Amino acid sequence: MNWGRVWTIAAKEFTQFFRDHRTVGATVLMPILQVILYGYLSSDIKHQPTIAWDLSQTAESRQFLDALTNSQYFSITFRAQSMRDVVRHIDDGQALAGIVIPPDYATLLHRKQQPQVMVAVDASDATAAQTALSVAEAVGTNISHTLQIQQLRLQGANIPRIGVDVRARAWYNPGLRQEVFIVPGVLALVMQFTMTFLSMSTIVRERELGTLEQLIVSPIRSSELMLGKMIPIMTIGYINVTMILLFAVFWFGVPVAGSVVFLYLTVFVFFFTTVGLGTFVSTIAKTYIQAIQLIQFFLLPSMLLSGFIFPVDAMPKVMQWLAYLVPLTYFLAIVRGIIIKGVGIDYLWPQVLMLLAFGMVVFTTAVLRFRKRID
Amino acid sequence: MVPPAIEISGVTRRFGSLIAVQRLSLHVEKGEIFALVGPDGAGKTTLMRLVCGALAMNEGTLRVDGLDLALQTAEVQASVGYMPQRFSLYPDLSVMENLRFYGAIFGVSRAEFGRRATTLLADFALTDFGDRLADDLSGGMKQKLALACTLIHSPSTILLDEPTAGVDPVSRREFWRILYRINAGGTTIFVSTPYMDEAERAKRVGFIARGTLLSCGTPAELKSHLTGEVVEITSRERGDVRRNLRDEPLVRSIEIFGDVLHALVPSADAAIPAMRSRLAAANVSDAVFRTIPPSLEDAFVARLQT
Amino acid sequence: MNGSAAPTIRADALTKRFGDFVAVSDVSFEIRAGEIWGFLGPNGAGKSTTIRMLCGVLSPTSGSAEVLGFDVARDPEEVKLRIGYMAQGSSLWNDLSVQEHLRFYAGLFGLAGTKREDAISHWLKRLDLYGQRARLAGTLSGGYRKRLALACTLLHEPQMVFLDEPTSGVDPLSRREFWDIIVALAEAGTTVLVTTHYLDEAEHCNDLALIYDGKIVASGTPESLKRDARNGITAEILSPDTVRVLDAIETQPFVASAGLYGSALHVCIRERDGLDRLSQFLQEHAIPVDSIAQVTPSLEDVFASLVGKR
Repeated sequence: MNWGRVWTIAAKEFTQFFRDHRTVGATVLMPILQVILYGYLSSDIKHQPTIAWDLSQTAESRQFLDALTNSQYFSITFRAQSMRDVVRHIDDGQALAGIVIPPDYATLLHRKQQPQVMVAVDASDATAAQTALSVAEAVGTNISHTLQIQQLRLQGANIPRIGVDVRARAWYNPGLRQEVFIVPGVLALVMQFTMTFLSMSTIVRERELGTLEQLIVSPIRSSELMLGKMIPIMTIGYINVTMILLFAVFWFGVPVAGSVVFLYLTVFVFFFTTVGLGTFVSTIAKTYIQAIQLIQFFLLPSMLLSGFIFPVDAMPKVMQWLAYLVPLTYFLAIVRGIIIKGVGIDYLWPQVLMLLAFGMVVFTTAVLRFRKRID
Repeated sequence: MVPPAIEISGVTRRFGSLIAVQRLSLHVEKGEIFALVGPDGAGKTTLMRLVCGALAMNEGTLRVDGLDLALQTAEVQASVGYMPQRFSLYPDLSVMENLRFYGAIFGVSRAEFGRRATTLLADFALTDFGDRLADDLSGGMKQKLALACTLIHSPSTILLDEPTAGVDPVSRREFWRILYRINAGGTTIFVSTPYMDEAERAKRVGFIARGTLLSCGTPAELKSHLTGEVVEITSRERGDVRRNLRDEPLVRSIEIFGDVLHALVPSADAAIPAMRSRLAAANVSDAVFRTIPPSLEDAFVARLQT
Repeated sequence: MNGSAAPTIRADALTKRFGDFVAVSDVSFEIRAGEIWGFLGPNGAGKSTTIRMLCGVLSPTSGSAEVLGFDVARDPEEVKLRIGYMAQGSSLWNDLSVQEHLRFYAGLFGLAGTKREDAISHWLKRLDLYGQRARLAGTLSGGYRKRLALACTLLHEPQMVFLDEPTSGVDPLSRREFWDIIVALAEAGTTVLVTTHYLDEAEHCNDLALIYDGKIVASGTPESLKRDARNGITAEILSPDTVRVLDAIETQPFVASAGLYGSALHVCIRERDGLDRLSQFLQEHAIPVDSIAQVTPSLEDVFASLVGKR
């Protein structure tokens, strides 16, 4: 290994990277943009705009609406005068949910009959709709329990204030904040995307330009060339990781629970997979466009399967097996483990080992194929 | 009177601070082959692009068949065929599909296209290759297909930007034969070339450098503009001859020219004895001197060096 | 230098197939140290493929090659250290400056310190690139790109250089400068393999080989190729209507090849009495001709007669 030549390649890559302001801009802005987008978009399940048509207009009905507001999931932004109002607001997308309280709400309650409150939810966003419905149901149940107890007390029953107080505790993320969950995911996703893309394009572009041939005729070895190209890509990768973490901590206030050093080490392990994959694609593709199409073939399913969007445990069995064939699944688990749970190698060693194995296989295949193309 | 095919008057084109074409005027007569010759970066390609309307000019006027390019762009473009240096054939389309595509772009009717395509393919010896992908053609054949695409809408004038650069001599000869045939059919040809022997085949030649026209005329006229004489020197030691004569005050320039040397001198009668004695002093004894009519390349080099 | 007559390059029955297509077929030749060896032939005849095999970019399907005493297949790295290769197509990074290119190649070949700076400034000046040194390669004109590519190739003072169409797209004046440099290189002992489509340039070569359809069809010095009786005699015809003459005589059996040569017409005739038959033919058909004369064939005529009618 001639380090002078490795450095020559690396220096050239750096010069080219920083010369293209658009690439620099995209590489720097993309992670931040992703964190912001995912962070804000997914935390928006709270405070859903809601339209209420209160036909009862009683203290009881207001109590119910207050309880909905207090849940923080609904905010009553509109008051309807008719059913048409309700339907129109939901159709327009101004309101996600519509609450209709019947005129006999209070009366029925007092007669100890069950009044029916209608909760209509725009289910085009299934996740948000599901959340809204369960919250509304919980609020309803809660109110009826309270009323039952009050009634019983009024009837003279002696109900002690004991019983089981069930409190669900959300571990690791007590505030149930979406950002906390999303930031590590975005970090892993950005890593995979940027690293694969950069490594792929630097080689395909050289082939398209005709400069690769010139490099092949020079005394440089393919391992030196690969390494020289990897150094700048890794540097950019670490800059990205650092930026995302800083942003997470100082903007969203998402703490890193575990060891940053350990995190950076696992990022290094992940490089082998991503750079290997990028290089592998670049040995198959003849043109840049072809390479982009090929890489999408891998990037999109791996995002869907990795657990970034849907939890792996909730997938059908076959999909779960597929998910375990995606390196990103392991890296995601590692990053979430470190940032959210604060666990270390003692818990994460299986994932790290799998990632390492993937990296070695993909990287070695890529280097071997790359050498073949040189011949 | 018939207006010139191309009339360029006082045209300037700047790219930022770089002046690519500077107040250039020239005209190309109807039905002639006009060759534009000049060093790299002289402005040949820019001029071609200006004439076909692909680039806008900063100053001046441009007329094609008497039509003002700035005012009647669409009409001008319909009567002009432009073949850029790297003509964009679609490698994954067949010969016929490429032709059909360019026919459609220029709105050639179906009946007209059929006639035109058949004639062009026959003239260019491409008839048997109609179904072949452009990518699978040889270099010379690609060049011919590109020319056919340029001609599909029967333009009255064609602009060819270095059509034969990087093409082997035999294919080049064939390409020029086709050009002559097209020209005989009445099409005006405005061509740029780095090959002096090709410029020699044109009716008129323009020397261009640094965005301006240095001189313009028939090859014979341009050669006659050359002040001084050309002495051909034959010797086995061409390098030695050149080195020894380069500093001779009576020699304006000396260049290797194929297997001989050409010395440009103000007067052959004075220069030949001086050169002979210099070479004798340097122990080069086999040199043979002969005054020859200048070539176009001599004229070009002399014009560039002044 | 070991000083012996060991050739710089020895190609032995080199063959390269791409699938069914035979790009280079059984090509053998030797190039001596310090000579300028010209490689001629139409596009796609196999020139670049042969050069790529000699540089170790492509491995031959069969046959072998020795460059500077090393077997290319066995010691490609030893070969690559000692050669310079200028590819036919562009091989520059558009977003790097002239100087950055030279620094990069200096780094690849292990030049450092004052040695590096001396070499860079030498070639910047020699190829008239000094004024352009800060410009990005992407903004250079075709001729300057070629200059830069040549500078990158020669920077590390290779013992053997491969120049694949170094002058294509270069204007006539610059072409002469290029050839001054090539000749000077050879005089300093560097061996040069060069391809070109400008046959006047081929006259600079000590030795030539003509490749067609992957096979070498002729070789020798420029003089011997032109003298070769097998190529027949060459007539130059001046006529007010050269195309008409060409159309008429081209298909005649006694004409080996005919083509435009500058503004004149060159006709190659195989038979000794061909010149008489030619003038007789033109007279019979009342084709106007200013003059017919036998001339020394140019390399282009030789090339055309070997390649043109097959």
